[in-house]
Amino acid sequence: MAEAIAPSPAPNQTPDHQAVQRPPLVLNKRTYGWIGNYVSSIVEAQTPIWWWLCMAVTVPLTLVLFGCIAYLISTGVGVWGNNHPVGWAWDITNFVFWIGIGHAGTLISAILFITRQKWRTSINRAAEAMTLFAVICAAIYPGLHVGRVWMAWFLAPVPNANGIWQNFRSPLLWDVFAVSTYFTVSVLFWYTGLIPDLATLRDRATTKMKKIFYGMMALGWRGGNRQWRHYEMAYLLLAGLSTPLVLSVHSVVSFDFATSVIPGWHTTIFPPYFVAGAIFGGFAMVLTIMIPACAIYKPLHDLVTVSHVDKMCKVIVFTGSIVGYAYLMELFMAWYSANPYEQAAFWYRAFGPYWWAYWAMMFCNVIAPQLFWFKFLRTHLVWVWIICQFPNMGMWYERFVIIATTLTRDFIPSAWGQFHPTWVDIWMFIGTFGLFFTLFLIFIRFLPMICMFEVKAVLPESDPHYGEKH
Amino acid sequence: MNIAGDPQSSTYGVAAEFDSASQLFKAAEKIRDAGYQKFDVFSPFPIHGMDKAMGLKKSLLGMIIFCGGLTGFLTAICLEFIPSSIIYPLIVMGKPTNLFTVPAFFPIMFELTILLSAFTAVFGMLIMNGLPRWNHPMFNWDRFKKVSDDKFFCIIEARDRQFSESKVKELLESLGGQNITRVQED
Repeated sequence: MAEAIAPSPAPNQTPDHQAVQRPPLVLNKRTYGWIGNYVSSIVEAQTPIWWWLCMAVTVPLTLVLFGCIAYLISTGVGVWGNNHPVGWAWDITNFVFWIGIGHAGTLISAILFITRQKWRTSINRAAEAMTLFAVICAAIYPGLHVGRVWMAWFLAPVPNANGIWQNFRSPLLWDVFAVSTYFTVSVLFWYTGLIPDLATLRDRATTKMKKIFYGMMALGWRGGNRQWRHYEMAYLLLAGLSTPLVLSVHSVVSFDFATSVIPGWHTTIFPPYFVAGAIFGGFAMVLTIMIPACAIYKPLHDLVTVSHVDKMCKVIVFTGSIVGYAYLMELFMAWYSANPYEQAAFWYRAFGPYWWAYWAMMFCNVIAPQLFWFKFLRTHLVWVWIICQFPNMGMWYERFVIIATTLTRDFIPSAWGQFHPTWVDIWMFIGTFGLFFTLFLIFIRFLPMICMFEVKAVLPESDPHYGEKH
Repeated sequence: MNIAGDPQSSTYGVAAEFDSASQLFKAAEKIRDAGYQKFDVFSPFPIHGMDKAMGLKKSLLGMIIFCGGLTGFLTAICLEFIPSSIIYPLIVMGKPTNLFTVPAFFPIMFELTILLSAFTAVFGMLIMNGLPRWNHPMFNWDRFKKVSDDKFFCIIEARDRQFSESKVKELLESLGGQNITRVQED
């Protein structure tokens, strides 16, 4: 798993031609047939033992999550450690954490699509699936945070039981719209991308059940150019629409904080800083999942090559540096504002009761990813996986620092207090990982985890003028 | 010539198989130049420039999506201004409820614009493609299963004004098409 797979040089070409030749996106000269066969075989083969073993861990954790939710609803939201003054605690931390992870998928599929980054084709499917599952995990928390879950419909834009309408100027309502739109559009985008691949599975299906299942899901796709032409337009425009959407979602999440008057939250740097952090954490999670998946299905290394991992590590070091810049700028602005509350908020972050969370965040998000400046560490998968765990942890600490640390000490010392998580807090957080990985395992078992038709389209022979002299 | 489907029913078209994207691309250009209009080419992935090779215009879907987005935008304007400015003006933190409140209304306008555009994109694409659909004459042909794998196909439909079985067969043969087959309607 650890060896670097070097891109093979372009064969039989004049030196002149070689100079402009990019390294191939698919290694070992794999054919259309091989790509279709191999990726489909992952879905078609007998369920492997490792899959059952993983499910044996993740399913019980998911059940723990559901148990905690049932306990919380039946007892009351007080089973969480949230209490005055820390009214937003682990629940909102976890919400922002999961939403942040859910950004990489749409970023890869939308922004890299319209910027014509062809290397995205082999990772977009799994990253989009990861996005959906992360958003599902995220949505659990604000849904429960409302306290009386049966009144969650108050969030919908209809007059409530007292005939009062929502406050459309509230960032919390913006958030409802932003997150639900993001989820819906991500599902549409993901499914649109799946249609041609579901047709592949339909055409290969051997049992009646599979034929019916994949046949229904593929909607009768034939792959005619009269279909592709609308399909490509739809996909391009979905990518164009998702690009501002993905940037807006975490901006809107950050408005929940930035539009308040709490010292430490009331800053204009929040939207770009949240978006950069989300991409940073999301890419780390994509690598966390994709590296083991490719280690299990080794031939996938021809599609998800070391060059892909290398590029994603560069994105991590870039966005990690933006995040680091934002941390330093926050400190500078706290000092420069000459506002004693603002200054105190940042002093308490670094040296207050949660100093360990702040320095863990600083180390994980700013210092650790700088290791990716070394090519050796970007191209050796074990190292990449280990280093990616720092952003994963660091981004959780970041949200905890922003939310809990800020709320523990705001203006008047008499209103200060500490937050302590209860066992429900802790098990719900662990449980969402169970749910996330369960959904992902189900995904790789039943749907193609590589976008086959897009990978086929980036092979050199897919160019209609392949082999012609210019 | 091989026959795919029920030989008793009417002919849907005459189809051929090709090995590569470039062959299919050239075939499409030749068929277009021969004056055929009701024909289609099938491939495992979209081929760059094929619309031009087939003589097709740009998809109109973009215009439809624009209308969908506009609907979303107008929906958001009504959804926000009618309750907040007319039915039940709710003054929070002394903020205005008239037109000056637009900046605070903007995020929801943006989200609904995107939401309805995305719905229009997906469902518009499906409707324009005639999907979902249970069956299609092309699926009568066994070899056509390879279209989602690694083969390329082309069909000239019987409803084309110039269609004549023998001429089409000749043309497809001259373009290098293999396994030339008459595909029957269901």
